[in-house]
Amino acid sequence: MPTATYAGHSVAVNDEGFLADPGQWTEDMAPQIAKAEGIDELTPQHWQVIRFMRAEYQAKGTGPSVRVLGKTSGVTIKELYQLFPRGPAKTAAKIAGIPKPRGCI
Amino acid sequence: MPAQDQCLCLLAVPQPQADHVKRIVILGGGTGGTLAANRLRRAYDDEAAEIVVVDRDTDHVYQPGLLFVPFGLTDMRRIVRPRRQQFRHGISFRQAGIDGVDVGTDLVHLDDGTALSYDVLVVATGARLLPEETDGLTGPGWLRDVFTFYTPDGAVALHRALEQFSGGRLVVNVIDMPIKCPVAPLEFSFLADWYFRRRGIRDRVELSYVTPLDGAFTKPVCNQELSGLLADKGIELVTEFNTGTVDPPGDHGEANRTGRLISYDEREVPFDLAVVVPLHGGAGFVGRSPGLGDELGFIPVDPGTLQSRAQQNVFALGDATDVPTSKAGSVAHFEGDVLTGNVRRFLAGQPLTAAFDGHTNCFIETGFGKALLIDFNYDTEPLTGHYPARLGLPLLKQSRLNHLGKLAFQQFYWHGLLPGYDVPGISSAMPARGKTRPRAQAATAAGVGGHR
Repeated sequence: MPTATYAGHSVAVNDEGFLADPGQWTEDMAPQIAKAEGIDELTPQHWQVIRFMRAEYQAKGTGPSVRVLGKTSGVTIKELYQLFPRGPAKTAAKIAGIPKPRGCI
Repeated sequence: MPAQDQCLCLLAVPQPQADHVKRIVILGGGTGGTLAANRLRRAYDDEAAEIVVVDRDTDHVYQPGLLFVPFGLTDMRRIVRPRRQQFRHGISFRQAGIDGVDVGTDLVHLDDGTALSYDVLVVATGARLLPEETDGLTGPGWLRDVFTFYTPDGAVALHRALEQFSGGRLVVNVIDMPIKCPVAPLEFSFLADWYFRRRGIRDRVELSYVTPLDGAFTKPVCNQELSGLLADKGIELVTEFNTGTVDPPGDHGEANRTGRLISYDEREVPFDLAVVVPLHGGAGFVGRSPGLGDELGFIPVDPGTLQSRAQQNVFALGDATDVPTSKAGSVAHFEGDVLTGNVRRFLAGQPLTAAFDGHTNCFIETGFGKALLIDFNYDTEPLTGHYPARLGLPLLKQSRLNHLGKLAFQQFYWHGLLPGYDVPGISSAMPARGKTRPRAQAATAAGVGGHR
């Protein structure tokens, strides 16, 4: 499994760059992961979404979809796309150190 | 629960006659509700349990048939039967809408002002389409240039529109997951290719499949097969497209302007005719019933036992649940056995069994009289091989046999699945024999635990 170094710590990541173990994530890794996703600065609103993603993951075992984020995070879907232009659920999950939200089948 | 403690309004409806008669109320008389009612009726004598099914209307639609209506391959008369006729003797049917469930007092409030008390509640109210949640979808283009085949009215209107379609851009768009029968929009695309070829105008029609997923399907082996089929049939695949707005053709006084799907990240896909699968949510009353559903109105249940995570005497099956597998009739069928057993165990004070494995089985119509078959569960993705065993229907491979299986399924639906019978040799649990595992998976299969 590939590794990446964030905030001076080497962590295992999967082929798409998601942390293999969400337990290894610390808040100081987030800005560096965000930069790689094209987000130069994490605003308080970014952090609101990132912390919400982690709380949802801890409660339910999977990160929420964009639609659920729009209904429950306090940030509208339009704003979510402005914050995370490459796809809110996927990008915010990666920055929050949790697995890619499960696609429903 | 003693009925005497309830308020006066309850006197109007029959209450369980004696303490030992349990009342099982089933909300929804569709696939899951009907097969659960019939299985439970067989499991209990009339003296042991009263079974009441609530639904707001009396038509039972064979939903897989809706796919074929737009192409004139079937019509509504052939896929609708009376709801009441699908129930065994001894099942009460209440035709009423549901205002809400009070899980604290075990009461279902109906829209005729009455209430039903229950010992066990089974929620089988399926999924509801929410086209109004997407900007522009139900605007002036709705049922004019923008259609869905997920409703009887939509499927019939789309049939007329396809007959008049003489060329241009047709897009098939899934707004977002979860949806009922996630392969149906792919099947629609394959059949549209067949339909326009048969009419001799395929060269004048551009077909696009526009999905929020990062491929035609979520799982690798199946995604490869289905993406390949789209390419073979000349159907463009547009991925990771989250539709924010549907802008129909010819609005704003511009008669010949094409329509556009516009994504939240401001990409556009033009169309002349759009076939859209709208957002889905749970039944409306779920949102009015505190403690029953999640933010989309689905019922959070234990994926193995189908018992509500919040209420021990509430169970759910079919499209109404939040379990991480497809919303499909085959799932309701495989869940039926587990649900019935667990309702009985609960009422007998015994521990439940976590026996449902997420088993799903879908025929995928690919046009030209052929179909694929996929079979999977929570932990095993759709693989190649044969079902239910080595000598069986080919999996993930187009064949005439699978197409005939899909057609024959409608008879099994009315006469086997709804009455709640199992097929000899077909178990609720997904069969592993007959499946070909990818190399990496085969090597680790023995050690893989589920996500549960």
